[in-house]
Order: sequence, then structure tokens, then C-alpha cells
Amino acid sequence: MTATIAKRGTKASLIIRDARIVDPAAGIDTRTDILIEKGLITRIAPVKGKGGDVQVIDGAGRLLLPGFVDLHTHLRTPGREDEEDMASGTAAAAAGGYVTICAMPNTAPVVDNASVIASLTELAESEARVRVAFIGAISRGLKGEHLSDIWDMADAGAVAFTDDGRPVMDGGLLRSAFQAAQTVNLPLSLHCEDLDLAGSGSMNEGEVSAQLGLAGIPGAAESAAIARDLEIAAYEGARVHIAHVSCARSLAAIEAARKAGAAVTCEAAPHHLVLVDEAVRSLDSNFKMNPPLRGEGDRRALVAALAAGAIDCIATDHAPHAAQEKETPFEEAAFGVIGLETAFPVLFTELVQTGEVPLDVLVQAMSSNPARVFGLPVPTISEGEEANICLVDVDQEFEIEPGNFFSRSRNTAFAGRKVRGKVLLTLAAGRVAHNIL
Amino acid sequence: MNRNLLSINDLSREDIESLLATARVDFLDLSKRDIKKVPTLRGRTVIDLFYEKSTRTSTSFELAGKRLSADVINVKADSSAVGKGESLKDTTLTLNAYRPDIIVIRHPHVGAAAFVARYTDAHVINAGDGMGEHPTQCLLDIFSLQQEFGDLSGLKVAIVGDILHSRVARSNIIGFQKMGMKVTLVAPPGLLPRGVEALGVAGQRAGTRSSDRPDGGRSGADLKVAHSLDALADVGVIYLLRMQKERHEGGNFLPSLREYIARYQVGLRHLSDGKKVLHPGPINRGVEIEGALADSPENLILQQVEAGLAVRMAIMYRLIVDSAVADAGAAVDTEAGAAKPAAEVKNIHAVG
Repeated sequence: MTATIAKRGTKASLIIRDARIVDPAAGIDTRTDILIEKGLITRIAPVKGKGGDVQVIDGAGRLLLPGFVDLHTHLRTPGREDEEDMASGTAAAAAGGYVTICAMPNTAPVVDNASVIASLTELAESEARVRVAFIGAISRGLKGEHLSDIWDMADAGAVAFTDDGRPVMDGGLLRSAFQAAQTVNLPLSLHCEDLDLAGSGSMNEGEVSAQLGLAGIPGAAESAAIARDLEIAAYEGARVHIAHVSCARSLAAIEAARKAGAAVTCEAAPHHLVLVDEAVRSLDSNFKMNPPLRGEGDRRALVAALAAGAIDCIATDHAPHAAQEKETPFEEAAFGVIGLETAFPVLFTELVQTGEVPLDVLVQAMSSNPARVFGLPVPTISEGEEANICLVDVDQEFEIEPGNFFSRSRNTAFAGRKVRGKVLLTLAAGRVAHNIL
Repeated sequence: MNRNLLSINDLSREDIESLLATARVDFLDLSKRDIKKVPTLRGRTVIDLFYEKSTRTSTSFELAGKRLSADVINVKADSSAVGKGESLKDTTLTLNAYRPDIIVIRHPHVGAAAFVARYTDAHVINAGDGMGEHPTQCLLDIFSLQQEFGDLSGLKVAIVGDILHSRVARSNIIGFQKMGMKVTLVAPPGLLPRGVEALGVAGQRAGTRSSDRPDGGRSGADLKVAHSLDALADVGVIYLLRMQKERHEGGNFLPSLREYIARYQVGLRHLSDGKKVLHPGPINRGVEIEGALADSPENLILQQVEAGLAVRMAIMYRLIVDSAVADAGAAVDTEAGAAKPAAEVKNIHAVG
């Protein structure tokens, strides 16, 4: 097993009646009952009787979905537990319907050797409410100079490697990283950005940045880096995952590589699918992230690519920051927003209810697709499977209130937004990880 | 044989068998005698021109020449005019003016032996050119294997380690296949040269010469590539290579040496079914080879050193004698093959 979870508490036994069960990977979209006994799904069909002492949950008007999988969570642990720790981060994940998250290595110390992964695994085994998998650093200390202990980390359970937060600017190092990762049959997840093109920019380069007088980050800083990295990956015949794609030109580069036969997958973040750089006019630092919010044309291209299956995964890039790192002038503020607790409601409301993206496409992009990209257990609603599910209320509208977050941080780009799709119950590895019923 | 020995591709399988038979019959036991010398190359001059550090190769060539009664001169780059900026061309021309019969050259750059051959009338022996080739090592390895296994047809060998930087690997991949062996290369992708499959026999044209590189890119049936020591399970011979740390400068060929050792170090636990281990030396104890294996009789490392002397004597002898026969044959213009080298120089074991 490459992902760990605390074994506290008992395995759940309950009945959910009359929910709409949607699991495209299992080929299910039906309204019926589901019986869960000791953490296992034992029946997907009408269940007679009152269930005895087993808890019965009314699923009418609610969606029962396979639990979500996030390939891009900044858990901030070790080093910045004031921003997020194992307990708060996994509680936030469970509250968002996630059953597995993948923690990024840009911590202090950096996750660049097996002993850090071993200690984090131990921490997850005692504190984590959902499965946590660890992504190792590509380079020692994320310095972009020497390969980290890629092989040892693979043995310790790393599911992928990345220098996320920073691109691998040195093409020779990137090539060596592909070779080292291939030896242990794991993918690289790449934050693609040409730092020289990005310069000191703090938002998307375009009309808004020109009007505001903020230095811009051109889309080409991303798309040019993706094109280069995909060339190197193709040359090595290596598996590569492109993190947080934000613009249309990047999608074009990925499509071209796919047509040429490259083994490339990619992810997009909810904020890039819903928001655009117009939001930055407020100079609210909760709209500052990297890559930055782009223009409407780029956003529309991302939505179309998600609907068409060209974007494989939704990934949150959940990036908690202490209040003092955001309560500053825009240019001084830290990059990044949190996303675990808002991803599904925001995307369901803004993309599914508007008819732009089918529900089954969104569910796959949040669950089975990401699980397969990093070789994680695929949450599946099927008899005999461990319960990795979430129950979602799609009837009641609610307002996103950062004060209610389980995360230790509040830096969301969606505060005050009215949405549907609140997660009521999450079972991860058969255990109750979140329950507000 | 040809005039020079620049690449293992200069030799056919028959050439190799014949050469190694000479080494076995005429020179292997010489070192076991009290008087370790024959007059075969008396009056001949051998210059060993070494531009790189070497213990066994330079010692072996020097001893080989001396035991054949040749006059042997050792030129080391660090204590010669090379240090004063003389080019390889000028050094060669200068040495050639002494009319040497053989120049043995070791140099850090590919093609240096062939370059020297252009500017001298002497027979040139490549004792290692950069990451290019090391044909005499290949021949002594084949010799050692023949001593252990007899006929090598179908014998499976795994070449393990820093193949990317190894001239020994390059010569042996070719040479072992010439002898009918099945070769598996075992290394992480970062230590394998891109396109190494082209060294498979399937990609080679018949009778290739050193100037005539293989044209294919496909993996031949006799050359496989693997990335883990699991591939050692069904081989009869494990050929270990030294981790050439000095050539790793500025590159990221491995995550770390420690991780390499954990996954690729070969030890006694990998030996079963009479597997034998070869290593061209120098070994890095505790890196590519476990200390206990280095000390075990299951390795043929010292037999390789011993073979090196006999094989290098045979090479020097045959280069001179075969070309003398060829010249004589051309002059007389009669039945080729009538003159055998062994008949030309009689009584080579007589003590001089």
C-alpha cells in the first residue's frame, strides 16, 4: 500500500436509502439503497427492514459518489503546522469528500529522502482521517542541482516525484530524473514554468495587469516550459503528469504530445476552471496563486478540455497560508489558495449545474482518473469493495464560510460564494472520516 | 591479423580463436618457468605511450614486451613533452622517427589509437581510447572465459554497472557476441548509453571494421537490456564494471551512490549454479562488488590478470609475425595460406 490512514475507530456499518449512486468507473448511475457492513459495501439494491441497530441514512435527493482523490495537496507538514497539520489537512480533505490525498514535498525539511517519508507515514498512521500518499522531491532540497534519493523514497512508498512550487529549469537534471523515476516505474509530476519568462510577475500578464500596473506572468512561461518538458519526457519514453494547467496554449502542447504517443496526463485546479484575472482587480490576495488566474479565453479552453476528457484530473493545489502571509499588499502576498473543502461544491455548481461539464466526467476527474495516474487504490462503488465514498447534498444552497473550515488556514478564493454540493458524509478505507448528518 | 589492433571489430571470430590459441599454447605457461623470457621479438622496439593512469594494462604490456625480448620504452604523458604542450600528432611523429615496431597507446579520447596509426609505420595497439574501446581487455576476458568454460557458444553473460562510461563494456558487448555468447546489460537507464541496442549483432554488418559502425538500432536477440539484478538469475557469467566516478563530474547519473549500491552491488548472494564473476579492475570494493565476493574464489579477477600477460604477448607476436608473413606472401605472390605464422619463427620457446 502506498497510502496510509489512521486505523482508529471501528469500520462503519450503515444503510443509505434511496440515494442516487453515481460511479462512472463502475458503470453505475441508479437510485437505490446501499448496505455497508464493517467498512465493506455488501449490497447495492433495496435493503428490507429497519436495519436493526445499524444506522440508517436518508439518501433521498442526495448523491452518493466514489470518494475523491487529490494529487496536489500542500500539507505544510513538517515545518508549518501552524498553517496545516496532518489532522487538520486530512479533516479538511474528508470534509471535501476526499478519501486520498497526495502530499507535496515542499516542506521543511523537504521530503527528499526515505526517512522523512517514513516519519510522515508514521504520523499519518496515527493522525490521518483519509489516506495520505507522499510525493518525493526530484532534487535535493528542491534546489534543482542534484537528484534526491529517488530510489529509496520509492521503496519507502513515494507515489511520484516533483519539485512543485519550482520548475526543474535544468534540462539535464530533468532528463536524469525521468531516468531515475523510470527505474522504479513512477511518474514525475511537473510544475512547468520558465522562471526567466515569469520574472517578478504576481498575476496573469494581460489587460488587467496592464491597467493595475502589476508585473505579469505570461501564459508562455507555462506553455513553453510544458512543451520543453514534454519533449524531454517523450525522448526518454517516460511517464509525466503536468500539474495545474492554466492556459489554452498549454493544452495545445499536451494534445500535440499525446498525438505523438507520449504518456502524459494533466490536472487543472478548480480556481482556474471558475475564476479569471478580472478577480484580481480587487487586489484581494486570495486571488493570488501560481500559476495565476488567466483570462476568460483560457478558462473556457480549460472547461472545454475537462468536458472532453483532455484534462484527466481535478487537483486542488490546496496551499494553506497563515493569515499574515496574505494580509499584505498584493505583490508581497504569498502565492496559493486552499481548495480541499470547496472543490466539489464549486465545480458542481459552476460547471455541472450550468450544463458545461457532465456529472460523470467531473466525478471521474476527481476520483478514478487521479487514482490511476499515481497508481493509488481506485475508490469504487461496487459490492465487496471497501467503502470509499461520499454522500453529497445537492438540493440545499449554502454559502462558503471560511470560519467553518476544518483546515487551519482560511485563504480561499471562494469565500461568500453561494453553492450546492455540500459533503455530508465521507467514508475512507471503510471508516467514518467526516459526518455532519 | 591486421596491421593494428584498434578495435575488437578488427578481428573475426576465427582471428580471435587463432590468436587466443597462440596465447594458450605458446605463452600461458611461460610465466610459470624460472626463466620467463623467449627471444621471439629480440631486436624489436615497443613503445608504451600512456596518457592515462594505469596499473595492470601498462605493467602487462611492459612485461609482455620484455618477456618477448623486445626493447620496451615507457612514455608517460605526465613526465614527457606532452606536459609542454606537444600535440599527439607531433609526439607520434617524433617517436616514429626511432622506427619502433609497436606502439601501445592509452589515451583519454576516443579514436586516439586510430589517430596515432595514421602517423606511424609501427603496429598500433589500442590499450584504451576514452570511452571508446579496450580490445586487449576484451581478448583477455574471452581467454579467461575459455579457460573456465571451454566453448563459449550460447554462454549467457550479464555486464553489470556503469556501462555508459565503459570502454571495456563497449568492446566486450561486441566481442562476447562474436564468440556466440548471449549478452544482457544490467544498469539503471542513466548508466546506459542511448541506443546501446545498436551494439547487438542483429544490427551489425558482417565483417565490420572499427571504421565501420553498426547500422542497426534494433535490439539483437543476443543483446538484451535490463534494469535490475533479477536479470542475473539465468546467466552463467557476471561481468562487473567499476563505477567511474571520475567521469560523473557535472552529471546526475544516479540519485546517489548509496542507492546504487543498495540495488546494483553484486555479492556472494547472487552466485548460484556455478556462476563466475569477472571484473576488469580496478575494483571498488563495497561499491559494485561486495568485499566478500572480491575475496572469493568464485571470481576470476586474478586469472584475468594472468591471462592478460599471455594474451598481450600473443598480440604483439602475431601483429609482427602475421604482417611479416603477409609481406613475404605478397612478395612471392604464391599460394596464400601456405605459410603459417608458427612455421615462420621457429623454436620460440628457446631461451635466449
